[in-house]
Amino acid sequence: MEETKFTNRIMRIIDTSIPFLKYLVKRLLLMIPVIIIISLLIFFMIQNMPGNELNMFFNPEDPSLTELQKQMLTEYWTEKLGLNDPFFVKWGKWWLNMFQGDFGISITKQKPVADFVGEAIMNSFRLNISGFILAFLISIVVGVKSAVKRFSKFDNFWTVFSIIGISLPGFFMSILLVFAFSVNLGWTPISGMQDPMNETPAILYYILPVTVITLSSLASLIRYVRNAMLEVLKQDYIRTARSKGLKEKVVIYRHAFRNALIPVITLVGFYIPLLFGGSIVLERIFVWPGIGLLMNAAYTGRDRALMITMLIFYSFLTLLGNLFMDIGYALADPRVREGGER
Amino acid sequence: MGKLLDIKNLHTYFFTDKGTIKAVNGVDLSIDSGKTLGVVGESGSGKSITSFSILRLLENPGRIVEGEILFDGIDLTQLSEEDMMKIRGNDISMIFQEPMTSLNPVFRIGHQISEPLILHQGMNKREAWERSIELLREVKIPNPERVATNYPHHLSGGMRQRVMIAMALACKPKLLIADEPTTALDVTIQAQIFNLMNDLKNNHNTAVLFITHDLGVIAELADDVVVMYTGEVVEKASVEEIFGNSKYRHPYTEGLLRSIPSLDEEVEYLDQIDGSVPHPLNLPVGCRFAPRCKYATEKCQKEIPSLIEVEKGHLVRCFYPELRERNE
Ligand SMILES: Nc1ncnc2c1ncn2[C@@H]1O[C@H](COP(=O)(O)OP(=O)(O)O)[C@@H](O)[C@H]1O
Ligand SMILES: [Mg+2]
Repeated sequence: MEETKFTNRIMRIIDTSIPFLKYLVKRLLLMIPVIIIISLLIFFMIQNMPGNELNMFFNPEDPSLTELQKQMLTEYWTEKLGLNDPFFVKWGKWWLNMFQGDFGISITKQKPVADFVGEAIMNSFRLNISGFILAFLISIVVGVKSAVKRFSKFDNFWTVFSIIGISLPGFFMSILLVFAFSVNLGWTPISGMQDPMNETPAILYYILPVTVITLSSLASLIRYVRNAMLEVLKQDYIRTARSKGLKEKVVIYRHAFRNALIPVITLVGFYIPLLFGGSIVLERIFVWPGIGLLMNAAYTGRDRALMITMLIFYSFLTLLGNLFMDIGYALADPRVREGGER
Repeated sequence: MGKLLDIKNLHTYFFTDKGTIKAVNGVDLSIDSGKTLGVVGESGSGKSITSFSILRLLENPGRIVEGEILFDGIDLTQLSEEDMMKIRGNDISMIFQEPMTSLNPVFRIGHQISEPLILHQGMNKREAWERSIELLREVKIPNPERVATNYPHHLSGGMRQRVMIAMALACKPKLLIADEPTTALDVTIQAQIFNLMNDLKNNHNTAVLFITHDLGVIAELADDVVVMYTGEVVEKASVEEIFGNSKYRHPYTEGLLRSIPSLDEEVEYLDQIDGSVPHPLNLPVGCRFAPRCKYATEKCQKEIPSLIEVEKGHLVRCFYPELRERNE
């Protein structure tokens, strides 16, 4: 008796997870052609960027070179870099190199991209993830409460807050904060990521940029959660839940929130790639050695290797974000989990 | 037998920006335990709001502004929210009009039926799950073990309504409110659900408040009938009086009776009542039904008739309740 119940349970778990696994594999396989197409596009664009790639290895204007030397150098590097290869051969070689961890050499930094890009990404990531977690936690708590107590003082306060938050540009907020807390009060360092003398605790450097990141996404996130929740609260099944005698807390946090989570998870997926990006404006104000500053350098310096690496990296992240979004959807919504019909 | 539910002079209003909508405007009705009361009326006559008022499921800006709802002698309008929660799903439960949207899409059927069992009967999860399966079997759902593990989207509308019925009956309520439970279903399924409800009602001795806009289905299910129009009761009688040869009848009931589709005769078209339900913010000055009534006189346009007892237990809100007094 007990045993059959146990096997029944196992069967049920297998039964429900197999369609989900199938779905996951399907999604992953679908990513392959997409990434191929995207990489072709990126590769094509960078290839046709103005400027001569050879200039990176020798200066054709150099007066100390004879015409013959110039010609030989050109031939040598053209051969070595495979510049005369057909497009698809170049593209294939580039993929092969990438698989081996070779992302090319950055002209602005004069070293392999692989050597420094990881650190910059991590620097931005640490900032973003802190802001992201804070913003999501606050907006879920506030958004749900605003929806439940719609048009209350609480809701109205956050509505006004959101309007101000949405209309205040990030750089303005940053400057205000720096002025107040660093210049006037002197509580936080003005800029940088750590103290070269190791006297100020590192966390102090994070406070202002993280605050800016949190505040600038908070306003719209709160609106988003609030609206998702309001939409769910007017559904018939909420009335059904109440008609069963369930406590208001159970109705809100179990019946309603589980459904409101579906659109919110979509948003989390959307944010995932952004976590690894960096705001150029923010990183310049706070002199934060992140990916935003690096990207800026890549564009201004026409750094092909760096640009192509970053672009493919972001495309990949966006795809992963989409995948994550769908997995989240599937976990939260049984209709999607079982093969996409709705 | 005593009255299980006794609603006295119920007024439920919606305070909207455009004005006060008197969705329920002085309704009296009662149900004896084990009996079925049919509430009939076109869409917008206040049937749903009456039933939501009983369970206090009104949404803003709706409020009960006056009246008593006595259930087993206790006035539900005076109960604390906490006490009310003990009654919902336990002593009184409800089935809604839209089976497609009335179940939560993210929870398993078994879980949704288990909830009231765990809450009101103190069962543990496993007991409640087992009991849910039995309940599904009782509402004649094939393969109930399997269905309990399903999500709502696996089931058809008819099946979902059966689930709603199983859920509503889980705690053996004294009163079941069924708000147009078959309106959204097609005709063959409707008949199945009626039969099911009839069986269950007889087996459990549950009183039923059966709401419908189709007077035809009332004949099969109900003991008594209340006809509603613009938030008011316009006629109250036993089923025999409504469908039999009573000398008295409200013109609105007459219209509803004429619009019952007949299965025996070949009816070419349905005899609908002319015109439509007036907007709740723009009600006629006199009798609410006068503009659509083919017997209406000048008096009807100016004065509001009250509900009068024309024979024992038979009430009609009309200046000319007797059939032979009226001329077209
Ligand atoms: N949330 C609401 N806000 C304002 N008016 C409402 C609301 N719900 C119902 N009403 C009004 O109450 C009246 C009765 O509605 P209802 O009880 O749903 O009718 P029925 O169930 O008989 O079709 C209608 O005139 C409708 O406009
Ligand atoms: Mg209704």
